[in-house]
Amino acid sequence: MAKELWKGNEAIAEAAIRAGCRCYFGYPITPQSEIPEYMSLHMPKAGGIFLQSESEIAAINMVYGAAGAGARVMTSSSSPGISLKQEGISYMCGAELPGVIVNVMRGGPGLGTIQPAQGDYFQATRGGGNGDYRLIVFAPANIQEVVDLMQEAFELADRYRMPVMMLLDGMIGQMMEPIEWKKPPVSPDDLPKKSWATTGTKGEREPNIINSLFISPEACNAHNHRLEDKYRRVIANEQRYETNDTDGAKIIFVAYGTPARLARAAAGILEKEGIKAGVFRPITVWPYPYEALHQVAAQESVKAVVTVEMSTGQMVDDVRIGVNGVKPVSFVGQAGGVVPTPREVANAALKALGR
Amino acid sequence: MAKGRVTFRQDWCKGCGLCVSVCPKKIIFLDESMTNRKGYHPATVKEMDKCIGCANCARMCPDSIITVERE
Amino acid sequence: MAIVYQRSKGLADIETHYCPGCTHGIIHRLVAETLEELGVLGNTVGVAPVGCSVFAYDYFNCDMQEAAHGRAPAVATGIKRVLPDKVVFTYQGDGDLAAIGTGEITHAAMRGENITTVFVNNAIYGMTGGQMAPTTLVGQRATTAPLGRDKSHAGSPIRIAEMLATIDGAAYIERVTVTSPANVMRAKRAIKKAFELQIEGRGFTLIEVLSTCPTNWGLTPVKALEWLNENMIPVFPLGVYKDITKEA
Repeated sequence: MAKELWKGNEAIAEAAIRAGCRCYFGYPITPQSEIPEYMSLHMPKAGGIFLQSESEIAAINMVYGAAGAGARVMTSSSSPGISLKQEGISYMCGAELPGVIVNVMRGGPGLGTIQPAQGDYFQATRGGGNGDYRLIVFAPANIQEVVDLMQEAFELADRYRMPVMMLLDGMIGQMMEPIEWKKPPVSPDDLPKKSWATTGTKGEREPNIINSLFISPEACNAHNHRLEDKYRRVIANEQRYETNDTDGAKIIFVAYGTPARLARAAAGILEKEGIKAGVFRPITVWPYPYEALHQVAAQESVKAVVTVEMSTGQMVDDVRIGVNGVKPVSFVGQAGGVVPTPREVANAALKALGR
Repeated sequence: MAKGRVTFRQDWCKGCGLCVSVCPKKIIFLDESMTNRKGYHPATVKEMDKCIGCANCARMCPDSIITVERE
Repeated sequence: MAIVYQRSKGLADIETHYCPGCTHGIIHRLVAETLEELGVLGNTVGVAPVGCSVFAYDYFNCDMQEAAHGRAPAVATGIKRVLPDKVVFTYQGDGDLAAIGTGEITHAAMRGENITTVFVNNAIYGMTGGQMAPTTLVGQRATTAPLGRDKSHAGSPIRIAEMLATIDGAAYIERVTVTSPANVMRAKRAIKKAFELQIEGRGFTLIEVLSTCPTNWGLTPVKALEWLNENMIPVFPLGVYKDITKEA
């Protein structure tokens, strides 16, 4: 397979088309605008639908309608735009609609900056909308991983009938890297029919209704527990993570996205200084791989766990849940588009060791 | 004048009276001798022979409970 | 004796939750009759956003989607783009369309989205208990305008039909009411024409239907019809505001 040089955002759009997505609604916002730009040319070429909406709110509601009509559909935005989509995402979860939502994160809060950051972790993993719901959230660390995960994102969305978020920092969207298209493209015609979709009764069945309103408490409660069962199945089956040199390590770095690269570089620095360090990298940040992290942290050799983020610390809460007190957990990070340096990350580890 | 007949699905009637207000023959009234399961006096007609089947009542019924027949 | 008028097959066989005399019921029937008469019930997808008519997804005998408040035109756009051969309509109230959803309806019209919107204007928020809407008349009382809508404070009513008629993508826009059998028949003609133009692919169609809210207006159903005729029609004149079949 040939290596091709791709820009992250454009690779994301191409990967979605290759994954059988034939429907995209989006709105311009830095640093992800290349996604709608790419889609505007290539989606129609693939026989699909591209539409630039009047707002991110309209876009997520177009996704809702298209998903309810049975299409494989995607939208993308960046942080403030993803905030605008939260109600729509909550509705999709309540109405059990599949779809992929790409968040190319930038610095916050508010208008923040257009530079890369990871300040939307809580919003993505705890849910920024109303009610008890969850999203499957992938956190790719490079462009190859984004394109590899895209097909899976659509498959899981359809299988569990829920939205799946691709959470990446602006750097991954904006940089270029050589990648390979490892999987053959999916044709929408090969996808299983969605009998629940609103495609018109044709007088042959009872009307299908896409809805998240359950006005009676018993019905709404029952619906919530149905969703809970679904999320339990996702937790049981869909956790993904990667470990690098964590066996017998003294320091465990925990990081996702671009900071995972920094952590690996920092581990290299520490190796040279005689300290064995490894990196635990969640690929799904929901469902979070708590048990796997716990086993790594519980190793006799481990003296400290250091979380690295491009924020003021959000995933660190999940790290504490996973480690569950067996080892000290500390945090190093910068926000607003400032990227921590490997040296800075290595120093945080030394500090954690009391050096 | 054509002869007509109306039937009311009385258990669905909400006693709103819109049909009463538009009947040109003034023969529809809310039957206060009975209360339907929703707690309303349902619409009815006694002097059916005066009905001309114009369907004004059915056109104004928000609950679509009136069926109109005509010769 | 032959049946000349009966309940439409476009309506599901269940009772509605609407208050006695609420003309939502009449408007539902006109849409249902239209879909039945055009033979498209099995080919239609409706969108019911938040408002008194949110439960319309149980009342129409076709596939339905419930939408977030104000977002039905966007949801309908998503459906229509995926299923261009389906008939797609939104059934929206004035709080939904003229307040929170003005962005979505305006842009659906701008795009000439091939959907039909049935816009029910009863000058009040019904479902939530009678608050002031963008279409509440100056001086009309509401639970959030207890002394009557004050123009200097909250402006005067917004006229959606006229507003959207300025947009090229709008193919047919008419304002009607259902306060008398004759008006009901005119409203039916307008709704039917809107759906026919959608089926012909002529672009965005919207019928604004002035409707009553006896409960929150504090009037009997029959008095509410009179109040509408005397007070709303002068502010919201009936008539055709855009008709591309007449132009060129």
